[in-house]
Amino acid sequence: MSASAEQNRSLNFDDALLEIKNVTLRFGGLTAVSELSMKVPRGSIVGLIGPNGAGKTTVFNVVTGFYKPTDGIVEFDGKKLTGLKPHKVCEAGLARTFQNIRLFYNETVLENVMIGAYVRQKGAWWQNIIPFTFPGAAKEEKDIESASLNLLARLGLDSQADAVSSSLPYGAQRRLEIARALATRPKFLLLDEPAAGMNPQESQELLEFIRRLRDEFDLTILLIEHDMKVVMGVCEYIWVLDRGALIAEGSPEVIKASPKVIEAYLGKEGLVAGASEEAANA
Amino acid sequence: MKIRNSILTFLAVAALGYFLWWASLNLDRYMLRIINLIAINAILGLSLNLIYGMAGMFSLGHAGFMAVGAYVSALLIITSDQKVKMWILEPIAPWLMNLHTSFVVSLILAGLAAAFVGWLISLPVLRLGGDYLGIATLGFSEIIRILIVNLTPITNGSLGLKGIPAHTDLWMSYGCLLVALFFMIRLMKSNFGNVLRAVRDDEIAARTMGIDTFRVRVLAFTLGCFGGGVGGALMGNLITTIDPKMFMITQTYSLLMIVVVGGLGSITGSILGSVLVTTMLEWLRFVENPINFGSIQIPGIPGMRMVIFSVLLIAIIIFRREGIMGTREFSWNWFFRKGGVGR
Repeated sequence: MSASAEQNRSLNFDDALLEIKNVTLRFGGLTAVSELSMKVPRGSIVGLIGPNGAGKTTVFNVVTGFYKPTDGIVEFDGKKLTGLKPHKVCEAGLARTFQNIRLFYNETVLENVMIGAYVRQKGAWWQNIIPFTFPGAAKEEKDIESASLNLLARLGLDSQADAVSSSLPYGAQRRLEIARALATRPKFLLLDEPAAGMNPQESQELLEFIRRLRDEFDLTILLIEHDMKVVMGVCEYIWVLDRGALIAEGSPEVIKASPKVIEAYLGKEGLVAGASEEAANA
Repeated sequence: MKIRNSILTFLAVAALGYFLWWASLNLDRYMLRIINLIAINAILGLSLNLIYGMAGMFSLGHAGFMAVGAYVSALLIITSDQKVKMWILEPIAPWLMNLHTSFVVSLILAGLAAAFVGWLISLPVLRLGGDYLGIATLGFSEIIRILIVNLTPITNGSLGLKGIPAHTDLWMSYGCLLVALFFMIRLMKSNFGNVLRAVRDDEIAARTMGIDTFRVRVLAFTLGCFGGGVGGALMGNLITTIDPKMFMITQTYSLLMIVVVGGLGSITGSILGSVLVTTMLEWLRFVENPINFGSIQIPGIPGMRMVIFSVLLIAIIIFRREGIMGTREFSWNWFFRKGGVGR
């Protein structure tokens, strides 16, 4: 696979937008994440990978405030995120998508994006109910609508703006979820398995799409992904989790060559030995 | 298009006004009572729909907030002479004796009082979800009722209040309904309306989108309680007597019927539901009278209409769970594009 030119630009780990410091999360006796430390450089596209159940989504949930870590802190742009409620985390400039898409399925495509924009809306709810008295609030709402339409156009969803979101095809729903996240005007985007359910051609397009997002919206992107072609194709730096612990980190080339990573994914003797054993048992 | 719709809306309101004027001159008191009740039930249905249909909080406490509104309004407009005569079990609290306001002020204060009580209750209760929320609000509504029974110096206990001036006429009740409708439509059309529905549909996604879901739910609940209080006050001024028994779970239940029959989350639905349920509840009274089928005589059974009504409700839930309107709304565009689906 040809590494893209993007990957050649150097990452500056001293200028970290997101920093996870020694985070541990225990559920009773189970340690879901143990002493994880990550520094995500500003403006980079990075990946978090690992076998099923490694704790990747749990890390997302810690960062976005759904779980409070047992130990350690998360810093965003130099400010502490740990302990903030999820909506405050979003206000601080982090947006995320979900592994299983979570749109507002009864709303239209446009309304979904406008709901995302609400977090930046300054006018109070009652100002938009009383007519004629608060032209500022009314104008703001109009602006939100046109900005949302504009955003939809940039992601190629404007022709379906008035469609109910549940009626969209799968790929468009994924894009809408990203559009909704962008409407919150984030600095940092967490994508949870953006390529899930996509065919090879779609995931190839996704690579371009993710890079375009980073450049056009001035984002830093952290993604969880199982599709190795996507991960290796787009990520500039990768962390590998296994059973809650970090087992490797580095550029895609380093990760591909790491014996520990291969072991985590394929088992100690590698796939060939395992397969022949199974064949012998059959 | 926009101008056409505004003109049509204006004409519809004018037609309603003409109908009310005609009704107030030509219909008997029984019919007027029912027409009034339709408007009041519509206000109450709208306010419950805001809580249950729009914001997705299963609340069974609406009767309690109605009670707060009805009592606050009644206590503010009954004259002190009447108060002296009415409190026979225990003397009335002195500070309440000379409290007196105009009807409209009492309506607003009734709404504010109910909203305040609702806000207080919502803080602990809205941490619950689903059925638990229903049980908890039901409990609080009973607590309100029991308090009213026992706070005799203020509420005259189980004797209730009599001789409330009958301020609620067609103009008042339909005026309030139009105001409620206007603000409700503006609310649900604003981006905050979208946010309310978002909190209802997917709380986790809403929180991720930076929405303080707890605050939004408290706000919707409080607003709904305001409507409940105003509706209760109008009801008290229509019937002219109130007592704690009026505000039992059956009152909440009939409001719930209006909301469910009309369609959860639909403003139009609540209006239609109110028309349907209120008139049916009256019209079905004939089944409680003795009926003669030629030689067969069926004796009148009190309460029979509630049985029939329950059967109807079950039929609706089985065959058309989303109610008459679902979550759709009436709009002039939809009206002219018949067959299309307005949202």
